[in-house]
Amino acid sequence: MAMLFSDPFESLFNLQKALDAFHASGWLEPGPSAGGTYPPLNVFRKDDDAVVIIELPGVKKTDVDIQAKGSTIRISGTRTIEFPQKAGIHRRERIAGRFDRAITIPFEVNVEEVKAEYRDGILALFLPRAEQDKPRSIKLP
Amino acid sequence: MVAPQELAVQPKKELTPKEEKTVPARYYVPNTDIHETDEALTLVMEMPGVEKKNIDVKLENDVLRIEGRIDFSKYEGLDPVYAEYNVGHFSRTFALSNKIDQDRIQADLQDGILTLTLPKAKQALPRQIPIN
Repeated sequence: MAMLFSDPFESLFNLQKALDAFHASGWLEPGPSAGGTYPPLNVFRKDDDAVVIIELPGVKKTDVDIQAKGSTIRISGTRTIEFPQKAGIHRRERIAGRFDRAITIPFEVNVEEVKAEYRDGILALFLPRAEQDKPRSIKLP
Repeated sequence: MVAPQELAVQPKKELTPKEEKTVPARYYVPNTDIHETDEALTLVMEMPGVEKKNIDVKLENDVLRIEGRIDFSKYEGLDPVYAEYNVGHFSRTFALSNKIDQDRIQADLQDGILTLTLPKAKQALPRQIPIN
């Protein structure tokens, strides 16, 4: 599905509709060791590769651990929230705690080339498809 | 110390705005912690994906309005295949019960968390009355 970015006022709405359309699609298989459901993630395709985007607001870079083995990626870490002493708390909506989630990508991942970026509370994982797993085009003789 | 609890998914809450937006895109309500000390009111808001330059904080008639816009052009060239959450700008409005010293409002953004420190205005600070 190609996304339309020609109209800047429509494009965010188009992105939101596209994400709705793929909500909990069957693309991602349930993880092997189950694990938790936190953090929620979105998966995008970019050419042959996959990009996983995860919102982790308030989690420090040093508190995130990412492991890749075969087609399985494990994301774990902790979010800590500190309140100053002697402060009266009016509202408490954010939650602190640990998380551990494993996902299995439905293709072979080139583990050596996996890249992770963390900025503004967003973790992006670039998962390149293994060369031997890429589809070959067959030419008709 | 107690072992930290397992984090659970908090579904994003869509904003039901008082006035309608002219563009159809959805907004979300950022999860917010608010605490108060004698000197200041502090708001801690989750706004993943929002950059410093895309945050607007306005205080008018004791109404604090915070808006954070995401840069969705980063999604260009990406085709969704699986989604668990949606993305959108963030917006939230609070009616303040304290008088705030507008000139000394401080904002700090780190790891997708906006921390707003609103120092109370002088006349709103509690005054210690000595007993003779």
